[in-house]
Amino acid sequence: MSVWWNDICNQFYQSFIEADRWKRYIAGLGISFTVTLGALVIGIILGILVAVVRTLHDQQKAKDRGALLNFFNKVCEIYTTVIRGTPMMVQLLIMGFVIFRTSRNLIGVAILSLGINSGAYTAEIIRSGIMSVDPGQMEAGRSLGMDYITVMKDIIIPQAIKNILPALGNELITLFKDTSLVTVIGLTDLTKAAQQIQGKTYQAFMPYIGIAIIYLSVVMLMTKGLGILERRLRESDAR
Amino acid sequence: MMLDKKKGADSPNTAAAQSAVQPGDVMIHVENLKKTFGDNEVLRGITQDIRKGEKIVVIGPSGSGKSTFLRCLNLLEEPTEGKIIFEGTDITSDDVDINIIRRRMGMVFQHFNLFPNMTVRKNITLAPVRTGFMKQDEADKEAERLLDRVGLLDKADAYPASLSGGQKQRIAIVRALAMNPDVLLFDEPTSALDPEMVGEVLEVMKELADDGMTMVVVTHEMGFAREVGTRVLFIDEGVVMEENKPIPFFADPQNPRLQDFLSKVL
Repeated sequence: MSVWWNDICNQFYQSFIEADRWKRYIAGLGISFTVTLGALVIGIILGILVAVVRTLHDQQKAKDRGALLNFFNKVCEIYTTVIRGTPMMVQLLIMGFVIFRTSRNLIGVAILSLGINSGAYTAEIIRSGIMSVDPGQMEAGRSLGMDYITVMKDIIIPQAIKNILPALGNELITLFKDTSLVTVIGLTDLTKAAQQIQGKTYQAFMPYIGIAIIYLSVVMLMTKGLGILERRLRESDAR
Repeated sequence: MMLDKKKGADSPNTAAAQSAVQPGDVMIHVENLKKTFGDNEVLRGITQDIRKGEKIVVIGPSGSGKSTFLRCLNLLEEPTEGKIIFEGTDITSDDVDINIIRRRMGMVFQHFNLFPNMTVRKNITLAPVRTGFMKQDEADKEAERLLDRVGLLDKADAYPASLSGGQKQRIAIVRALAMNPDVLLFDEPTSALDPEMVGEVLEVMKELADDGMTMVVVTHEMGFAREVGTRVLFIDEGVVMEENKPIPFFADPQNPRLQDFLSKVL
């Protein structure tokens, strides 16, 4: 018993305390958060743009669409097809070692790759949200003389976001966990920090179980936060 | 309470129009209006003149095309054929900015279509502010004035979900009025209401009518048609089968289909 316990304590000491190694986990987690946040912003902006273009295209009659809208719709279609049809890790490798192979800004490359990836999924979520809003809302907005974009921005999208918040939360969680893939382009995120410490101590148990617990705790906090946000957004439904 | 229209002087998008159209002048001229959905011919050639100050009541069986007719007037449905001239502008023409036209034509829907994510005040002020018609503080004042007139000032900061159907519809009317429109279109405004709430909505509409508002009302409320209407149209199978002043319309219907329809609803 005591030998086993000593071993555990020793491993814990080596993996977290010795040489201030805990700081490397914190730094890694910081990178993971930065990448998540940056990718989330890019993903949502891309997602809204793609969703609006595709809904606008689908709602217009063929003769009113115009060449520009048809062109953008095609671009959006190709974007979602390619991004959803290839693995996240392959996209990272291509971004890191082909497109931006000379770039030193690894965080930027990671944010861009994950953001572009997330955008394709977010777009479909937002599109389903837009379609879930009663068409009468668009009619009411337009009948008051507001243009399509204003009605979308002020009336439809806020309601759509409320309807899709659980799905968007899911996307945020996926995104956060997917940041562990950025190790393949050499960025020192939380997972990479654990790998490096394993390389020093030759012990795998503590670093990997440790980061698993960290990832899990963060995801649980996010879930909690999303629950609060959802309740706040539902205030207007109170009877 | 009285729903007087705001004076036209400080309202740029109606001032010119109001001086151009005198009471009794034609405000909306509809010519040979046709609308098909796929193979379904819903409107089969309607020609009408709607004059300033008129209260047109449109009745007809369901599926007759009466709602489509109304929705064509502000181009929520695009006519397949025909012309709609509103205050001298052919609004079916491609180079007309329909958003500017719609600011002068308010619409009230069967299902209210209030914006559920906004307070009543925001529902009313959104369009005037976003279209640049009013500043936020002006719009707030106007919203409060109009809400007071319909007896709902205390609901200004409530969300639509907390209101009754009758309250929602009165607020929808206020929302349309906040743009100071020249004509109001009503698409079965009382059909989705519980019976005890129909009265309060019709009351507001009557006050608007007394105030000289031009109105086109699609409804099943024959009492309202008789009391408030200046002209009643009977639409069936996509054409106006009969039109008359309310008293002869109900007392002495000519068209056999109208006689049949009235015998069922009266």
